[in-house]
Amino acid sequence: MIRDITLGQYYPGNSLIHRLDARLKIIVALLFIVELFVVNNFYGFVIATLALAIVVAVSRVPVGFIFRGLKPILIILLFTFALNIFLVKGTPLWQWHSITITYEGVNTALFMGVRLILLIAGTSLLTLCTKPLALTDGIEKLLYPLSKLGVPTHEIAMMMTIALRFIPTLLEETDKIMKAQQARGADFESGNIFKKIKNLIPIIVPLFVSAFRIAMDLAMAMEARCYRGGKGRTKMNEMKYHLRDYIGYLLMFAFLALVILSRSFG
Amino acid sequence: MSEIIKIENLIFEYIKEEEEKTRAIDGVSFSIEKGSFTAIIGKNGSGKSTLAKNVNGLLIPTEGVVYVNGMDTKDDSKIWDIRQSCGMVFQNPDNQLVSSIVEDDVAFGPENIGVAPAEIRTRVDEALKAVGMESFKTKAPHLLSGGQKQRIAIAGAIAMKPDCIIFDEPTAMLDPKGRDEIMNIIQKLHAEGITVVLITHFMEEAAKADRIIIMDEGKVVLDGSPVDVFEKRDFLKSINLDVPFEAELCARLRKRGIEIPKEVITLDEMVNYLCQLK
Repeated sequence: MIRDITLGQYYPGNSLIHRLDARLKIIVALLFIVELFVVNNFYGFVIATLALAIVVAVSRVPVGFIFRGLKPILIILLFTFALNIFLVKGTPLWQWHSITITYEGVNTALFMGVRLILLIAGTSLLTLCTKPLALTDGIEKLLYPLSKLGVPTHEIAMMMTIALRFIPTLLEETDKIMKAQQARGADFESGNIFKKIKNLIPIIVPLFVSAFRIAMDLAMAMEARCYRGGKGRTKMNEMKYHLRDYIGYLLMFAFLALVILSRSFG
Repeated sequence: MSEIIKIENLIFEYIKEEEEKTRAIDGVSFSIEKGSFTAIIGKNGSGKSTLAKNVNGLLIPTEGVVYVNGMDTKDDSKIWDIRQSCGMVFQNPDNQLVSSIVEDDVAFGPENIGVAPAEIRTRVDEALKAVGMESFKTKAPHLLSGGQKQRIAIAGAIAMKPDCIIFDEPTAMLDPKGRDEIMNIIQKLHAEGITVVLITHFMEEAAKADRIIIMDEGKVVLDGSPVDVFEKRDFLKSINLDVPFEAELCARLRKRGIEIPKEVITLDEMVNYLCQLK
């Protein structure tokens, strides 16, 4: 049962968006976040929403899949909405006892809500359309200039690769330990929350022990295969920009210009 | 034939807490010929795995010397050449794969030694073909069976183009089917000219080698061809090692006065020989 959990929500496909270079997609996603905060009026949001809608359509990821990512932040979304709608001062729109809803409040609340939704949808599109390994490779490449300053960029990327590789292994291990403890009468279901947390100790301790054992085995195997850090290392799949990626960068700058321009519309 | 591995008077001690030392290997000397297939057998704690790790420089001898292709494992500047020419496959198939995509994992070794990308691609394809896993190259390792994972690990070693591969109990965690698959690949690699050192505690697997070295309490206690080794049945039993069924049967038949030549050790040879008897 625990094995069914899917981490890293990659949506397999072969659309244009899937095939774009991971570096481009990471930069676009980051810039999109910034742009969402540059936008300050209705026109800007229309432009951003349209742009995102086009990308989603091209990616062929079902819209429902993208909105599923919004579920965890629904509470935050409602909270910011309520906070803005009730607390922003300005021209009163509706009044009941001491509660006042202002025109500006509704305005900011709506903007903030749309901004958050676009933010989550845009960034989840990045992980939905990029293989986890391509993502780590892309991050390594993008961080490369920092390695000149002594940041261990290769090591960071290697850690992410290994983490991705061992998530299923550790989940399996957890499943095994849970079953073993249950067979000996451990109870993980009953009791209040504190009791439940305490009941997890017989899982966590052996899990840590086995994680360290796995780490030792893996380190040994990596050394046996001549691993010695990023120095002098080559890559089988070199990241190469194609024409579509350059066009992607061009569109990205066009969009940025449009967004900045939109500030002067309102 | 020249020797690829030469071990001279090897002593290895693990340092435990408070300066207490355990001697895992106690004065071992032997050499391994290029292109040979050697099995090292011993029960748990006999020092066989420690010996393997000493050979490719994962552990450094406390005393004595280990040469691989004439290079001393104590020489830091040669360590990567040693590990490249002497690959290793470990026991646990889960804990030795690095990447979440099969072909990327096979590429890991060649990437480490700085092989050109196009060359890595051909090596990976060849290695996966050699272990019959080419149709799995874009799959995730955790979705494969134990035997298949172990085949990927072997492909990872082959992609380094080694002269010699040390298998450290590669079948210990596999089911019988996976065990057969791995043994077939090992025999195939040997036939293709790779020197094989197989560490195991299955006598049936060791019977397929051309030489068996038996270790007990950190020492080599027996060294010879399978025929010679299985003859010393009583000695093997005295150090708690099992004799393969075929050898046991031979010995018992001989006791009853049936003459069986001592070259008969595998099941097929046995069947062929016994069927000729009237």
